[in-house]
Amino acid sequence: MKAKKRGYDYLWIFSSVYLALGFFNILFAWIGLLCFITPLLIAMIGGSKGYCNKYCGRGQLFELLGGKLGLSRKKAPPKFLRSKWFRYGFLTFFMAMFFLMLYNTYLVFAGATLREFVTLLWVFKLPWQWTNTSFVSPGIAQFAFGFYGVMLTSTVLGLVTMIVFKPRSWCVYCPMGTMTQGICKIKHRKDTQNGGESEANSRTA
Amino acid sequence: MQTKRVAQVEEECVACGNCAKCCPFGAITVYKGLHAVVDEIFCKGCGKCVVACPADVILCEKREDQSA
Repeated sequence: MKAKKRGYDYLWIFSSVYLALGFFNILFAWIGLLCFITPLLIAMIGGSKGYCNKYCGRGQLFELLGGKLGLSRKKAPPKFLRSKWFRYGFLTFFMAMFFLMLYNTYLVFAGATLREFVTLLWVFKLPWQWTNTSFVSPGIAQFAFGFYGVMLTSTVLGLVTMIVFKPRSWCVYCPMGTMTQGICKIKHRKDTQNGGESEANSRTA
Repeated sequence: MQTKRVAQVEEECVACGNCAKCCPFGAITVYKGLHAVVDEIFCKGCGKCVVACPADVILCEKREDQSA
């Protein structure tokens, strides 16, 4: 019994095109903010991980590459990967790096020189001078370089864990997934205090 | 007809929803973004969710009422 494909099942195309567009013009990186804002809005307003469950193009891409195309070893990841301390620790580290990127963007807005490189895995600085960013302010371009680095880094990490473990191993420690689950937990706790079903009861169907 | 085995979700579920997507019987749902929930009536214990779960938190266990 195969589930009928829906429009959102093809969002992996969006993720692939997004990554490709960054090579043509880095300013396309701004579109990636959608992948940050949408899951947060769904979690805060809807109280669910609907983005991870249905609309995450990156997860779909890993499923396609690792599952259908067989690029994954399909081995269970180590237990620490799903542990709270690792997931929240990685989220904290990821957010710290994100805010550092925002600070660098602020410095460029304040007059510092635009640095035309994409930082991969927080260490490797890849030269990215071929894209024309002269028609926007240097700060706008700096954010694009920084944000594309964040997106590329998470994609590379996701691809590595896809190959070594299961296709969607990235979902286990994805900072957005951890954050949205955290939001859902807080939201659910508030609902429980107002007389809703407790989390312990929800585990039995 | 009830099968001998049923899927069980462990505490550390990350609620990614991959199990719900691959379940051929629609027996798994993600409860309010917290964790996956298996409907034991619909679950046939086929183990597809066990394979699909990227966090490796789903087990196929013997049904409790079968062991009695």
